[in-house]
Amino acid sequence: MRQVFPVVVVVAVIVALWYLACVPMNIHTALTDAERAGVAVTPEGAAVRRDMSAIGLALANPGQWGDTLAQDKPRLPAPHQVVAELWDTTVEKKVTSKRSLIYHGWVTLSATLLGFAIGTVAGIVLAVGIVHSRAMDMSVMPWAIASQTIPILAIAPMIIVVLNSVGVQGLVPKAIISAYLSFFPVVVGMVKGLRSPDAMQFDLLRTYSASRGETFWKLRLPASVPYLFASLKVGIAASLVGAIVGELPTGAVRGLGARLLTGSYYGQTIQIWSALFATAILAAILVALIAGMERATLRRMGLGR
Amino acid sequence: MTLVAAALVLWALLWLLNVRLANGSASGTRAVQLGVPLIFGLTLLVMWELIVRGLNVPGVILPAPTEIVARISRETPTLWADFRQTFLKGALSGYAIGCTAAFLTAILIDRSDFLRRGLLPVGSFVAALPIVGTAPILVMWYGFDWQSKAAVVVLMVFFPMLVNIVAGLSETTQMQRDQMKTWAASYWQGFWKLRLPAAMPFIFNGLKISSTLALIGAIVAEFFGSPIVGMGFRISTSVGQLALDMVWAEIVVAALAGSAFYGIVALIERWVTFWHPSQRR
Repeated sequence: MRQVFPVVVVVAVIVALWYLACVPMNIHTALTDAERAGVAVTPEGAAVRRDMSAIGLALANPGQWGDTLAQDKPRLPAPHQVVAELWDTTVEKKVTSKRSLIYHGWVTLSATLLGFAIGTVAGIVLAVGIVHSRAMDMSVMPWAIASQTIPILAIAPMIIVVLNSVGVQGLVPKAIISAYLSFFPVVVGMVKGLRSPDAMQFDLLRTYSASRGETFWKLRLPASVPYLFASLKVGIAASLVGAIVGELPTGAVRGLGARLLTGSYYGQTIQIWSALFATAILAAILVALIAGMERATLRRMGLGR
Repeated sequence: MTLVAAALVLWALLWLLNVRLANGSASGTRAVQLGVPLIFGLTLLVMWELIVRGLNVPGVILPAPTEIVARISRETPTLWADFRQTFLKGALSGYAIGCTAAFLTAILIDRSDFLRRGLLPVGSFVAALPIVGTAPILVMWYGFDWQSKAAVVVLMVFFPMLVNIVAGLSETTQMQRDQMKTWAASYWQGFWKLRLPAAMPFIFNGLKISSTLALIGAIVAEFFGSPIVGMGFRISTSVGQLALDMVWAEIVVAALAGSAFYGIVALIERWVTFWHPSQRR
C-alpha cells in the first residue's frame, strides 16, 4: 500500500491536469460550435476570438466547458474519449475489422517479434564471435559501439522502399528495421556478459583443463544471462519503435504506425491518441513479459533476489 | 564479375592483415587499436563500391559510395540548410529544454519523498514507451516548423534524463551525507558540494543516451510534416523520388552529426568526471 498510494496519486493528478488542459485547448472550436447552435457566447464572432488567449476565453465562458470534453475532432481529446475509443476499437469491433486496434496491433506486433528474434539471434552470434576472435573484436566492436550514436531510424524509409522495389513487401521490411534496432544493444550487452566472469573463474576452469567449448557453455554463457536480459528489455522496446516507424514512410494502411499516420492526415485526434496508448500498452506488456522471463530464469539459476 | 572477385580477394587479404595485426606482437599499441577498425571499415566501403559496380546494381537500389560522396559535395548548401533546420534548431533546442526541465524536476523529486515514490515509477514506465508516437500530435499543436520537433525532442529526452539524474542523486552513501550534516551543511551546500558531483557519471550517462534520442526524435518528427527543409523531410521526399544517393548523403550527415554530438558530450564528461574510475587510465 505504501508503494502504490503515491503512484495512484501522481496518476490521478496527471489525469486531472489533462482534463483541465482540455478546456483551454478546445475552447475555440467549442465556442464556434456553440455560436452556430445559437447559444450566446462572449465575445461574439469567431474572428474576434481568434487572437484571444485560450485561458481568457475559457474563463469568460464557463457554460461551454462541458462541450470542450465531447468534441469529434478536439485538439486535445479528454481521457474518457480516448478510453472509450480504445474500448470501442478493441472489444466492440471484430478482430478482423479494419477498424480494430487489435488487428492493427497484431500487424505491428508480428513485425516486432520477427525482427526482435532475428536481431537477438544475430546479436548473440556476433557477440560469441567477438569474444572468441581478437581480430573480430578489434575490427567490429568499435563500429558496433559507434553505430549506437547514429540515428538508425533515419534509414527506415529507405529500407522499406528499396525492399519494395526488389519485390519484398509486408512483414519482412519492417522486421528488418526492428532487427537492426534490437541487434546492437544485444551485441554490446552480450559481449559484456560473456566477458563478465573474472580471471579467477577462468583460471579455475583452466585447472580443470576445460576446453574452450566447455568454458563457453559452463561459465561464459551462464554468466552472460543477466546481461542478456537487460539488453533484451532495451531491444524489444527498440524493436517496437522500429516497426512503428517502418510503417510511416510507405503510407502503410495496416499497423499502429499507419493508424498514427492516417489519424494525423485526417485530423482524427482521438484515433491518434488511442493508437498511441495502444503502442504504450503493447510496449509495457512486452517489457513486462521479458522482465517476468528474466525473474523466472534468474531464480531457476539461483541468481534471483 | 572480375570486380566482384577482386572485392572478395581484397576482403580475404585485408581480413588476414587484420588477423595478423590483432594477434601480432604490436596488438596492444594505440596505432593498431585505431588501425584495425579503420582497415575493416575501409574494406567494407571498397567492397561495397566494387560489388555495386561489378554487378551493375541500379542506383535506385544501392548507390556506390563514390556517387554518395559526389552528391554530398554537389548538394552541400542543401545539406547544410537541412542540418541547421533539424539539428541546430530542432534537436539542440529541444535537448537543452528537455535536459533542463528534467534537472529541475529531479531536484523537486529529490526534495520530496512522496514525489520520489510516486513520480519515479511513472517516469521509468514512460521512459520505456515509444514516445516518437507523440510526433503527429505535437506537429498538430506546434505547427510544421522546428518548434514541434523541439517539443518531440523534449518529451523524448525528459524521462531518460529524469530517471538517470534521480538515480545519480541517490548515489552518495549515508555516511557521506551524515558527514555533511556534522558540518552543518544546508541542503544546497550538500547538493552542490557532495551529491551533484557524485551524480555526474549518471547525469552524463543520461546526456549521452539523450543525445542520440534527440536526433532520432527530430528526424522522425519531420516525417509527420515539416517545412520544405530538414533532414527528415529530405529523406522522405528523396525516397519518394528514388534519389537514394541523396538519402544516403543525409544519412551520412546524420551519422556524423550524431557521433560528433555524442563525442562532444563524452569529452565534456571526461573533463568533468576525471575522478571517476571509468575515466582513469
